[in-house]
Amino acid sequence: MKVTLLGSRGSFPHIGPQMVRYGGNTSCVEVIGDDGTVIILDAGTGLRNAPSALDSSVKRMDILLTHFHIDHLQGLGFFAPLFNPGMEVHIWGPPSTMMTLHRRLARYLSPPLFPVCIRDFTCKLVLHDAPRKTIGLGGLQVTCDLVCHPGPTMGYRVTDGRSSLAYLPDHEVALGACHFPDEPEWTSGLKLAQGADLLIHDSQYDEAEYAERIGWGHSTPQQSALFADEAGAKRLLTFHHDPNHDDESVDGLVAEAVTVANGVVVQGGAEGMVFELPAA
Amino acid sequence: MSPQRPIEIILLRQWASHMATPIWIAGTRGELLYYNEPAEGLLGKRFDEAGQMRLRDLPKIFETTTPEGKPISEADLPLGRALRERQPSHLRVRITALDGKSRLLDITAVPLLVQGGAYLGAMAMFWEAEP
Repeated sequence: MKVTLLGSRGSFPHIGPQMVRYGGNTSCVEVIGDDGTVIILDAGTGLRNAPSALDSSVKRMDILLTHFHIDHLQGLGFFAPLFNPGMEVHIWGPPSTMMTLHRRLARYLSPPLFPVCIRDFTCKLVLHDAPRKTIGLGGLQVTCDLVCHPGPTMGYRVTDGRSSLAYLPDHEVALGACHFPDEPEWTSGLKLAQGADLLIHDSQYDEAEYAERIGWGHSTPQQSALFADEAGAKRLLTFHHDPNHDDESVDGLVAEAVTVANGVVVQGGAEGMVFELPAA
Repeated sequence: MSPQRPIEIILLRQWASHMATPIWIAGTRGELLYYNEPAEGLLGKRFDEAGQMRLRDLPKIFETTTPEGKPISEADLPLGRALRERQPSHLRVRITALDGKSRLLDITAVPLLVQGGAYLGAMAMFWEAEP
């Protein structure tokens, strides 16, 4: 499968000369299976640049939302396939016992926050509560499970039978385990990340910022590296970079993460990165 | 490696660890998952030292009776009832723990039913009626 990072910034899109290498668009990752199955993970501002949106042979795509914070939704209103009557778009999100997925999406996709409503989408739109189990989407299998972040938030694991991608863009991995990373059974998200070929993981804060923001739902690159090692992941991409962290800051944080990664390959997740899994 | 617990249990333990109220969390078969520091005071044993424990092991830790002294089986304690009936349960009991002290406790237990209809066990909270 082919994995393309379309947005790796967290919380707020931020463009500037100091952010050109890692990019300013918010969370979005495109996954294309060998059979052409298209899965898009989150709908941040990077969604507009999804190559599959321009591919006329694509007739169906599945957008898997981890949660409904606006940095993971903001691309929806600007995504061309949603306005294409020949396209079938399935949107999946964490379940709620209180509100349908339609109502939760409509909180953003309706006036006064946004001029376009869900009913204005002209594609064939199907909304699903993501079940907490493995589902088949074309030639790909997706495991969905809740992870530690304020409000119901999903993490996803995508496999094609030969390789695996774990996507946990908003995840406070150290919150639940009293002695992180030494308590695997109390570590949120571990099952999703276990043995992943590629782990895309929340690395928003530096260590000092995290100390002041415990409970806000995010991790540091060092925590991500410890988690990747604990899970036996092969490669870690730090992700959901804080909008205040410029390229140089992210470089420094990645370098710190490498020191505790115990051999896991660590890179800063940058917009435009493409990975073919399994790696050649 | 032990399997990862459901996120609701992870977060419940996180929350319980910050509470001043004694709290006990049990899995679907009554197995001990966690009790917090205030509960350690009641049980006379640190959680880290408790090891594997089931609801049926409770009589080994403390003697439980009605306030009047009539014995109560562990299955009839609120936690046992919440696990068995998947309904909240409340009872006032007298316990004598490892430290030999007799305490009058109110116990409230609730089943842990989560989104999607899954059942994860039960949680009990304890209040000392006669501090």
